[in-house]
Amino acid sequence: MKQLWFHLMPYTDLPEDFRDNHPSVWVDVHSSLFDPRKAHGMYNDFMDELEYAADCGFDGICVNEHHSNGYGLMPSPNLIASSLARRTSDAALCVMGNSLALYNPPTRVAEEFAMIDCISGGRLIAGFPVGTPMDTCYAYGQNPSMLRERYLEAHDLVMKAWKEPETFSFNGRYNQQRYVNIWPRPVQNDPHPPVWIPGGGSVETWQWCAEMDYVYCYLSYYGYKAGMATMKGFWEEMDRLGKDKNPYRAGFLQFVGVAETEEEAYKLYKEPAEYFYGRCLHVDPRYATPPGYTTEATMRAGIQGQVSRVASDNKTALAVDKKAREFDAILDNGYVIIGTPDQVADKLKEVARELHVGQLMLLLQYGNMSRDVAMYNTKLYADHVLPQLKDMWDDEWENRWWPKPMAQGQRSIPLPRTLEAAE
Amino acid sequence: MSELETSKVGVNGHECRVWRKGTGPSIGYLAGLAGLPKWPLFADALAKEHQVIAPSVPGFPGAEGHRELDTTLDWIVAMRELLNGADLEGPPLVGVSIGATLAAEVAAMWPHKVEKLVLVAPFGIYDEAEPTESPWAQQGQEFAGLFCNNADAYSDFIRRPNDADPVEWPIEMARAREASARLLWPMGDTRIARRLHRIICPTLIIWGADDRVIPRSYAKKFAEAISGPTELVEIANAGHLVDLDQPEALAEEVLRFLR
Repeated sequence: MKQLWFHLMPYTDLPEDFRDNHPSVWVDVHSSLFDPRKAHGMYNDFMDELEYAADCGFDGICVNEHHSNGYGLMPSPNLIASSLARRTSDAALCVMGNSLALYNPPTRVAEEFAMIDCISGGRLIAGFPVGTPMDTCYAYGQNPSMLRERYLEAHDLVMKAWKEPETFSFNGRYNQQRYVNIWPRPVQNDPHPPVWIPGGGSVETWQWCAEMDYVYCYLSYYGYKAGMATMKGFWEEMDRLGKDKNPYRAGFLQFVGVAETEEEAYKLYKEPAEYFYGRCLHVDPRYATPPGYTTEATMRAGIQGQVSRVASDNKTALAVDKKAREFDAILDNGYVIIGTPDQVADKLKEVARELHVGQLMLLLQYGNMSRDVAMYNTKLYADHVLPQLKDMWDDEWENRWWPKPMAQGQRSIPLPRTLEAAE
Repeated sequence: MSELETSKVGVNGHECRVWRKGTGPSIGYLAGLAGLPKWPLFADALAKEHQVIAPSVPGFPGAEGHRELDTTLDWIVAMRELLNGADLEGPPLVGVSIGATLAAEVAAMWPHKVEKLVLVAPFGIYDEAEPTESPWAQQGQEFAGLFCNNADAYSDFIRRPNDADPVEWPIEMARAREASARLLWPMGDTRIARRLHRIICPTLIIWGADDRVIPRSYAKKFAEAISGPTELVEIANAGHLVDLDQPEALAEEVLRFLR
């Protein structure tokens, strides 16, 4: 089992009345709420936390991309990842990822990912999300009716740019480049860095991941209970396509809070969780469904699902409330798992088994959690939970989707930043 | 009045439905954001004096193929093929909302092939000083009230008839929204302002007095840019989709203009 430490980089100072007096955390979140001087502290705390997680022994550290977003301060995750490439030595750098349709030309992604892979000595995991409606269609003005095709074309261009040794021309529907020849090239060139695809629950994405042999990551904020149906659908589809049940095909994100005692965990993680689910997920629903973003096949499956459910009056499907904002309900619904290290380890083992995932992504900082608490959570997890899950799956399955870095002895070590060293 | 006749025209390999009704001189009718899930009252009123020919635009009910169209030029050429196939190379065109945008684009591209033009609240221009409302950043229940003064007029128009497929009908309605977004995303500006001067035919520009999508002042922007003689009319108690809100009053103005 791989355990990765994921940071969303939430703005930690949204006002208490945010939900009541502001329309949305995303797209039109007001600039007056953003204090750059405070953000200076946040960015540096967050990067400390990511570096600390790597030092503590997490297998990988993850960053992602959001735009005009009060809970995700990384319009460019590549900026953070390049710094992490210098300040960490062994952890995989999982950039989860670059929304391909937003880059013009998309070869920019091939270049920047190759830079990160070179700087880190081959530790990059390349994430390629389509991107949320809020990020892509509203904040970045992309046409929702063309987004997926643009994404798929950009993907083909990036992969070809990584693999093709000769300068080539690309005459796509959305991209025309007479000379494609990226410098630098990724260290992981046999054949390319591992590709992970964060997605919702669309059947097409599952099929595409299977066809391309990529990792599918279900990055939900609603925890394992709500994730069950999606992951069940994913594995049924893999089965239907004749793919093996290698759990490393799948990634899953879970919020976790570890403490010495249950009481302490409750006390420590209540506020940051309520901050996240109350303020950070306050998204104006007008920005959720741009026409064309959801494919007709997915719509059809959804409607048929409803129709057949009504027809058979089958209410057995596990319904998880996605509106919980009070800590008790957050815990009941499984959005966040808290407890002592052993309790958390037991629960996560169960979650990993039931969802059948090998790439487990953990959110140990969320909402307005302070750096001290985030590091405490991280340390307890790394020392007492991580070792209990680490060997899961490995007796049976190989993780073919993990970075293959240069040998340790071949990798550069950044010079210590002392005056003496500078001279 | 004659019965509704249905035929098909192929555009980029996709069949587009063409509805015809009425007798008299032909006119083309290009519907608004919902397309034509049903034959509307407005078209019936026009059919008292004309043969009304209503082709379904790619992506709107009765026609697919919008995903073949990437650029405004693609849309304009597709419209030319659709109109030619529907015997609308020359007759007056009446367009509402996105239908008016397409009618104006065709008239600007081929000025001699449109005899007269009726534009009811066309998209195509975006003025930062007086922004249009986004038809795509709305929640489901908000559409009807945004598009029409009488929200029921819109809801009834897109409501599934009992004999329609319960799965495919809502997908068809969603597809129309996607098609409109495909042409007009993100702000409805097709850059038509650069071409409007090429329109030389008599043009009637109509706006609903209560249009909450496109400010009424846009009527003047179109009128001033078009080279042909223009007339401006405002219809009371009508929102953006005037044909659904005030079918009779709108038809009266259009028939008067075409006589």
